[in-house]
Amino acid sequence: MTIVGMTGDEAVAFAVKQSKVDIVAAYPITPQTIMVERFSKYVADGEVQTEYVCVESEHSALSACVGASLTGARVFTATASQGLALMHEMLYIASGLRCPIVMGVANRALSAPINIHGDHSDMMGSRDSGWVQIYVENAQEAYDWTIQAFKLAEDGEVQLPVSVNLDGFILSHLLEGVDVLEDEAVSRFLQLRKPLFTIDPDKPITVGALCLPDYYFEFKRQQVEAMQNVPRVLGSVNKEYGSITGRDYGVLETFGMEDAEAAILCLGSTAGTARTVARKLREQGKKVGVIKLWLYRPFPTGDIIAASKRLKALAVLDKAVSFGAPYGALCSDVVSALHTQLERPQVFNVVYGLGGRDIEPSDVEFVFEEALRTSETGVVKEPVVFLGVRE
Amino acid sequence: MVTLKELSTEELFASGHRLCAGCGEGIINRMTLKALRGPTVIVAATGCNEVASTIYPYTSWCLPWVHVAFENAAAVASGIEAAYKAMARRGAWDEHVDVIAMAGDGGTYDIGIQALSGALERGHDFLYICVDNEAYMNTGIQRSGATPRGADTTTSPAGSAIPGKPEWKKDLIGICAAHGIEYVATASPAYWNDYITKVRKGIEVNGPAVIDVLSPCPLGWRHDSALSIQLVRLAVETRYFPVYEVEKGKYKLNFTVPKPKPVEEFLKAQGRFAHLFKPEYRKDVIDDIQANVDANWNRIQKLCTQN
Amino acid sequence: MKPEEKKPGWKSLPMGAAVLEPGSSLKYKTGDWRAFRPVVDKGKCVNCLLCWIYCPDSAIVRGEKCVEVNYDYCKGCGICAAECPTKPKAITMVEEQK
Repeated sequence: MTIVGMTGDEAVAFAVKQSKVDIVAAYPITPQTIMVERFSKYVADGEVQTEYVCVESEHSALSACVGASLTGARVFTATASQGLALMHEMLYIASGLRCPIVMGVANRALSAPINIHGDHSDMMGSRDSGWVQIYVENAQEAYDWTIQAFKLAEDGEVQLPVSVNLDGFILSHLLEGVDVLEDEAVSRFLQLRKPLFTIDPDKPITVGALCLPDYYFEFKRQQVEAMQNVPRVLGSVNKEYGSITGRDYGVLETFGMEDAEAAILCLGSTAGTARTVARKLREQGKKVGVIKLWLYRPFPTGDIIAASKRLKALAVLDKAVSFGAPYGALCSDVVSALHTQLERPQVFNVVYGLGGRDIEPSDVEFVFEEALRTSETGVVKEPVVFLGVRE
Repeated sequence: MVTLKELSTEELFASGHRLCAGCGEGIINRMTLKALRGPTVIVAATGCNEVASTIYPYTSWCLPWVHVAFENAAAVASGIEAAYKAMARRGAWDEHVDVIAMAGDGGTYDIGIQALSGALERGHDFLYICVDNEAYMNTGIQRSGATPRGADTTTSPAGSAIPGKPEWKKDLIGICAAHGIEYVATASPAYWNDYITKVRKGIEVNGPAVIDVLSPCPLGWRHDSALSIQLVRLAVETRYFPVYEVEKGKYKLNFTVPKPKPVEEFLKAQGRFAHLFKPEYRKDVIDDIQANVDANWNRIQKLCTQN
Repeated sequence: MKPEEKKPGWKSLPMGAAVLEPGSSLKYKTGDWRAFRPVVDKGKCVNCLLCWIYCPDSAIVRGEKCVEVNYDYCKGCGICAAECPTKPKAITMVEEQK
């Protein structure tokens, strides 16, 4: 066991270093900057063999990554907020061309107004792009999931890009002790990338052809299939990683759900706060629980149905707003997942934390109380609650 | 310099593509691929060339070819060049691969200028060829930063108030040369030897190189498809399109055109300038264009003497 | 809705729309685009190869003594005839017969 003090950004950079990435093409944006700065230092000190391309925009970052990935190289990039928005068309292309790129995203609010603090609006805006999306709760998870992301992305049955999401500032700049593996252990776990097709001069292929209405649909269906393979492949990646580290991951993590009647479902660092409050309430005899998703895309419908079997009320926390939609993105997905079940909990949405607005234990307690009230009455008072905004 | 007989008969750009009859891009593709020196990857931007040559499941390309998006040919090429370097460093790759990016004037002068500038500044070892037909032809003949003054396009139409595009063509060569790269050049496929030599020169440069090659477009320029090569010869003979190189900052005109034909001959031969002649003879615009051709030529000549 | 019967389905198509066969466009004959066809007068052809280098469709084939036209792909653009330097021209454009 080697514990190193690292921020979330540093943990990702260190994981990338150990993953023997060939190409990093990235552009700086707060709060991702530490990832690229730390990695630049590794390059400058000769600690990695990576070719670091200091591109002139995020769009070019992902473009260079796609090109590099198609040669068979292992590729990483990182961004946040406006940068992610700028590379939006490229997200779809990276997935469509089946490039197993791993991207670290220090989730940050989207303009306007401009705000540099953490919320999930950036990656939520890209949830249809065909990227696997993982959300982490702390720097340890950021490290562990970045390494696992390469193995998941590069698997022959997946071949999709993967984003590892960490809350901007709250996680990206949080210093904590991270238990890191030995370099050799990571190399043994990851091995060299074995690409399925590459632009090799000895075997000339054409990549990026025009697909007219007679072919396009089939290739999109292939991506759907790949997404559907993710949970199974993820399971075996998690299992192998668990055997090396003793840390077990999956598509979600629960707390207190064995007897909970009311629960909170959320992504990222808020889960830690929720768990702390739930622990306190459970000591008071209140039957509350927490469901934390690691995997957001593909959405773990089956696992969520299973986790909420005995629930009477579920508060889904969205750290982003989906204008004009009946619920925030995460809550919409939860409601969709549960609608096939005859018996399902009453769901209400809590939109919180926009632009880095802090959520305190007392706020979480308020949500739990509301969920408990809903579980007793069976009635949702307000389907969408905006928590923490001044009226 | 080579002779035609010395050029390879291997056609790495196969027949069966759907480019228009007489399209300059088909000619330029073939000439480009005759200049290769070894394993090569082509990176294409969205455009006529890309769309017409790779309609799934067909491809006309017999070498590795990648298309990603419209504005990022230079960025994708950067990534590929860097990847081969990285893989060679760890012993996973053992041959040098030349990377050639091919984009239209739309994907270069306008939406692609950022990616190109970034790639040039970073000094990647690749050749960037701008296949310049002076408008966004693939989307139906809209004006670009490369469209000449007075040209009729759908977004700079020849109307009763405005006779075609009011602005002048951007100086791409100047922009690229300002990055301090080793080799920038213009070319016309009518001068096949000059163009093929330049492609080879660009490939051999250790670092970025840019060539802007004029590509005739029978549909967009509105001329008989048989006149494609004649027109891009006339473009040079009228000094409308100067053919020159900037090698390590030194300017050199490859064709000095001692007895230039009036640019009006070039304009008269194309439908995109027809409104300058009928119903009204627009001497004002034509004189303006001639003056600009002369001034541009003088500018380049002066740069040649400043070496 | 037309069922796409003869074309392959998503299960058998290669991943990511990559075209694995180089030059597969040779299966697509563009010769039927022509309204005019170039005719080479072998007696006049001096084998200068200008028509060959200027053809956008690789439809001029080099031979020992002179060139030939590959009518499977020739679109009849007329560049070869226009650029032919011999006087009179060795290549003339003739209206395509139906």
